[in-house]
Amino acid sequence: MTAHQVEVLVVGGGAAGMAAAAAAAREGARTLLVERDARLGGVLDQCIHPGFGLHRYREELTGPEFAHRLVGEVAACGAEVWTGCTVLEVRPDGPRVRVAGEAGLVEVRPRAVVWATGARERPFGTLLISGTRPAGIYTAGLAQRLVNVHGFLPGRRAIILGSGDIGLIMARRLHLEGVEVVAVVELRPFPGGLLRNVVQCLEDFGIPLLLRHTVAQVHGRDRLSGVTVVEVDDMGRPIPGTETLVEADTLILSVGLIPEAEGIPFVPLDQVNRGPRVDSRFRTEVPWLFVAGNALTVFDLVDAVAQVGEEAGACAARHARGELPRRRPIPLVRGDNVLHLVPTALDPEAPATLYLRVPRPLAVARVEIGPGVLVRNHRGVRPAEMVAVKLPLEAMRELARLPEVEVRVVSG
Amino acid sequence: MIKRVVCVSCPVGCEVAVDIADGQVRRIAGNRCPRGEAYARQEAVEPMRVVATSLKVVGGERPLVSVRTDRPVPRRLIPEIMGAVRRLAVEAPVEIGQVLAEDLAGTGARLVATRSVRREGTTGTTAGDPRRQFGERGPAP
Repeated sequence: MTAHQVEVLVVGGGAAGMAAAAAAAREGARTLLVERDARLGGVLDQCIHPGFGLHRYREELTGPEFAHRLVGEVAACGAEVWTGCTVLEVRPDGPRVRVAGEAGLVEVRPRAVVWATGARERPFGTLLISGTRPAGIYTAGLAQRLVNVHGFLPGRRAIILGSGDIGLIMARRLHLEGVEVVAVVELRPFPGGLLRNVVQCLEDFGIPLLLRHTVAQVHGRDRLSGVTVVEVDDMGRPIPGTETLVEADTLILSVGLIPEAEGIPFVPLDQVNRGPRVDSRFRTEVPWLFVAGNALTVFDLVDAVAQVGEEAGACAARHARGELPRRRPIPLVRGDNVLHLVPTALDPEAPATLYLRVPRPLAVARVEIGPGVLVRNHRGVRPAEMVAVKLPLEAMRELARLPEVEVRVVSG
Repeated sequence: MIKRVVCVSCPVGCEVAVDIADGQVRRIAGNRCPRGEAYARQEAVEPMRVVATSLKVVGGERPLVSVRTDRPVPRRLIPEIMGAVRRLAVEAPVEIGQVLAEDLAGTGARLVATRSVRREGTTGTTAGDPRRQFGERGPAP
């Protein structure tokens, strides 16, 4: 097995990984980016709709256009790129990373690693929906790939379970391609995706959104023939007597994404985010291992993913040069109305950005960080829209005196 | 007549009421910023959307090229534009930004490629050799 020495290894060539590799190389680190697909871009490749890049590039781009710009940044920065190569194992001693490609195994010996492997779709099997197991059930991202990359339509009459953004976008996409989209079914009393997508993907085309409903059962022998849709109560439990049989040959699932961290099982995960715990430099409890993008928690905007990737890549490069000693991070704790929260600790020596998601919508909200240290007024907060809060260095000085820092989102 | 529009210019999502008579906007209320007023006015009179879809490619490394209109077009024309795009096919190679159709449904909008598609068999994949440098073949498409 050949060995390959680099300063920074980035695993994953999506938005986070490309931004991380470009930032690390710009910091002067010898950088290698490894991507298992034949091309860079990650999920952006199949996201052909507009809505990307408003923050980063100040214009509205489609996914492939956003990816194209990052590919250009990677090409310009001098990072080495291996596509069609997958990481088999990250060994914490060294560290040593085994990478497999068609030509065989290579052992990469980096000084720092940025883990940017994105997220995976929650599969049908985890939903415990009763009935048969026919063909015609797809996760939304898989359906998106089939339609937008391979040019196959998954069926003729579809129902979508879950109103996450990919589900909403697929409702429009399938409708435009001539598939009859019967409804989008959402368990919660509010949509899971961005308001923009509810308006432009459903309302524009008269596709019904059934809130407080779910799919209780699937029917069909070889191919899906229909699903039972049922109303749910405040606890999300089906209400007996409200069952309706809906004919459909296709069920699309948009029921959540799970950060991918199986390749680094030696770092502790945050139980809510389901990605590794990191400080505000995106460093895990292992000093040479940084994590960026949807491998941490699922972000709404690729702009934020690229921002996090850049920060993680730059910090990895500084660690590789021995310029980023690990200080005792201050743990962040979730207070009222905080669900997802990245990072999960603060490095007291640098400004930070917190990304958080609320479980309950509030019309007027205030984000409180530490007891009275920093208060940020926010207009409305919704579960579908991540809130970003910048912590300047002065605030960090004050927070550094605390044993832990509580983050709360309160009304008013 | 009052049309209710949810503004999507930012995450706040103001519900804006547009008082409209004979296609003329008389009053706009409920928006919290000027962007909301502009959005609601347009949305009440003639909703505009960028259309993104994909187009068949002949002889390409992939069967489709993703495309979009180069400007927002009236929402009511989307079915007509989709019908026109479905009848089109282009021959590889296609370059990102390349104009693939002009004046869609009489809107003046052009259809542009949002990615490059190389000819079949000429892909710059580096999959065969993990030690191959990125720079040798240029960035993956």
